[in-house]
Amino acid sequence: MKLTDTEIADNYNDVWVLGEVVDGQIHKVTLELLGVARKLADKRASGNSKVVCLLMGNKVNGLEKNLFYQSADRVIMVEDESLKYFNDLIYAAVVSRLIKKYKPEIVISGATSKGRSLMPLVAVQIETGLTADCTGLDIDEESGLLLQTRPAYGGNIIATIKCENHRPQMSTVRQGVFKAVEADNSRTGELIREGVLEEEKQTRFTVLSEESYGEDSKISLHDANIIVTGGRGVKSPEGFKIIHALAESVRGAVGATRATIDSGWISYSHQVGQTGLTVQPKVYIACGVSGQIQHLVGMQSSDFIIAINKDPDAPIMQLADVAIVGDLFEVVPEITKLMSN
Amino acid sequence: MKIVVCVKQVPATTEVSIDPETKRLIREGVSIEMNPFDTYALEQGILLREKHGGEVIVLSMGPARAELTIRESIACGADRGVLLNGRPLGGSDTYATSYILSQGIKKIGDVDLVICGKQAVDGDTAQVGPGMAAHLGWPQVTYVSRFVESGPLELKLERMHENGSDISLVKLPAVLTVLKDVNIPRIPTLKGRLNSRKVDITIWDEKDLETDPEKIGLGGSPTRVVSTRKPDARDKHTIVLNGSASNSARELVQILKSRIEL
Ligand SMILES: Cc1cc2nc3c(=O)[nH]c(=O)nc-3n(C[C@H](O)[C@H](O)[C@H](O)COP(=O)(O)OP(=O)(O)OC[C@H]3O[C@@H](n4cnc5c(N)ncnc54)[C@H](O)[C@@H]3O)c2cc1C
Ligand SMILES: Cc1cc2nc3c(=O)[nH]c(=O)nc-3n(C[C@H](O)[C@H](O)[C@H](O)COP(=O)(O)OP(=O)(O)OC[C@H]3O[C@@H](n4cnc5c(N)ncnc54)[C@H](O)[C@@H]3O)c2cc1C
Repeated sequence: MKLTDTEIADNYNDVWVLGEVVDGQIHKVTLELLGVARKLADKRASGNSKVVCLLMGNKVNGLEKNLFYQSADRVIMVEDESLKYFNDLIYAAVVSRLIKKYKPEIVISGATSKGRSLMPLVAVQIETGLTADCTGLDIDEESGLLLQTRPAYGGNIIATIKCENHRPQMSTVRQGVFKAVEADNSRTGELIREGVLEEEKQTRFTVLSEESYGEDSKISLHDANIIVTGGRGVKSPEGFKIIHALAESVRGAVGATRATIDSGWISYSHQVGQTGLTVQPKVYIACGVSGQIQHLVGMQSSDFIIAINKDPDAPIMQLADVAIVGDLFEVVPEITKLMSN
Repeated sequence: MKIVVCVKQVPATTEVSIDPETKRLIREGVSIEMNPFDTYALEQGILLREKHGGEVIVLSMGPARAELTIRESIACGADRGVLLNGRPLGGSDTYATSYILSQGIKKIGDVDLVICGKQAVDGDTAQVGPGMAAHLGWPQVTYVSRFVESGPLELKLERMHENGSDISLVKLPAVLTVLKDVNIPRIPTLKGRLNSRKVDITIWDEKDLETDPEKIGLGGSPTRVVSTRKPDARDKHTIVLNGSASNSARELVQILKSRIEL
């Protein structure tokens, strides 16, 4: 619904983060979003914009403390058996109802598969706009509007998007783009409890069972300080052995380009890039990776980038802090040997 | 089963250029194709029709030349196609696009299932499928990786997410977005190609669709692209090591050790 300027100024205040829980823990992206939500709320001229985290699930009681430590002023908690599995329809009905009730000015969520399924449902239900997969969020000083930056066309273009006359302004944000704030264990906040209405539980969709991949999942890539990535240059599934060996010697995780996944050399959970994960390790070691833009968007904010490539002109070599020109089958085992000592 | 498959016509390459004067994307003279993710949606529609009978209708919103993409879908095995085309529809964001497509689905009538691709390679939002589900008030199942069981009234599906997968049951009518894990798309047959040239494509504009003028096109879109630019090349000093493998490895390990200690 289009709103007038006064309707917007009078009613819409807070910055909301839709929290996500994995295996009983708050998802890393939620903490990152609280970090940027704090910045956005503090930049609002009104001065009374709060950071609010909406946390939903069937075993979420008690998790609010961490959210307060990480800069939430208020937590709205919805704890219900019906939220055990991710039923988009129940989640969306609750989120839409609560947004209408509390009228936040901004709502952000991780661009996870859940966030990307839930947010577009909610946006249409409450008749507002949604910007996908943002890599930048800021407040326009003049208008006070949310400036949402996102890559499109496979990362070949960066667009800035506004939502002027509809509220809330909504975006999904990639993991690894923003940094969480230092936890402050002395912080507390206000806890509000909300529930799920009986009619919201009646949907034509039911999740029967769920399976978790456990260890060999993307999360370990997100948590790794060092990532060693193999590209098409490793030539075969066996070629990944020296990549794994190097990763092991530095206690890092193994990443991969889409080319290697499409060839069936390694599983999708290792993919870094536009259609895989966005990672931000302390050290990123790219072996036999050319550095196409779709890969770069997933790793270019790493603190320190090392590239090993036969071709000195490969795009990754320009981006790297250290570029080793050479055959990865010679260089990588040498590094592993030195690192293991 | 009456199945609608949504296909979008996209540029054949995501290499884009920006007009230095107007700062707009240059779209002229770029060759086009069917959004690659939609070929899996189309194949799934055809597979379901082969099993349950019924028809596969391809639905696309876009310029007149999007008719080519619809004909290509028919060559692969779709029964017929509908193109939503009209000047006031242009410039729609995902809210407006999903509204317009949902009006098309209502006008087709008695639809059991809508299948979309995971995302379009140009806009890249993955928001149109869920948007349609919301406009229609139907359940959605996103990131479908496997059809476990299919019946005329409900489907049992596997969905993928970052840390695993789940199995769910959905009652029709519903909207699905599918991953490329679901099938291997077939290629057009000669007979299909010949047939695709003869079939009439239905074309509807905003009046046929009875769309609310407040909800379509640029004016009806809550989001607006205010600027576009090329990504920044990180401007930095690179240390190049191009000696023997053992020398390079030794130098790197020195640098690396100092980084890890930090
Ligand atoms: C819509 C879209 C989304 C995409 N998403 C992603 C994504 O999420 N992630 C992703 O990675 N890609 C993605 N891609 C694919 C991307 O465009 C590239 O094709 C891919 O990243 C290339 O992988 P690569 O670097 O392994 O292979 P190549 O480009 O083939 O590069 C191989 C490199 O290895 C070097 N090499 C070969 N042998 C040796 C050797 N013995 N020693 C040292 N170096 C050697 C070569 O010089 C070359 O530079 C996407 C593409 C599209 C269109
Ligand atoms: C640079 C840029 C950035 C943009 N960012 C946003 C944004 O953040 N938020 C926003 O709301 N809009 C945005 N838009 C507008 C958006 O791209 C258009 O609304 C587009 O028509 C649909 O979005 P998509 O390409 O992302 O499709 P997706 O949602 O990725 O497509 C998913 C599926 O929906 C179906 N589908 C999509 N479009 C059509 C169609 N025209 N006909 C038939 N089926 C279709 C296909 O099955 C497709 O696989 C942006 C546009 C540009 C140029």
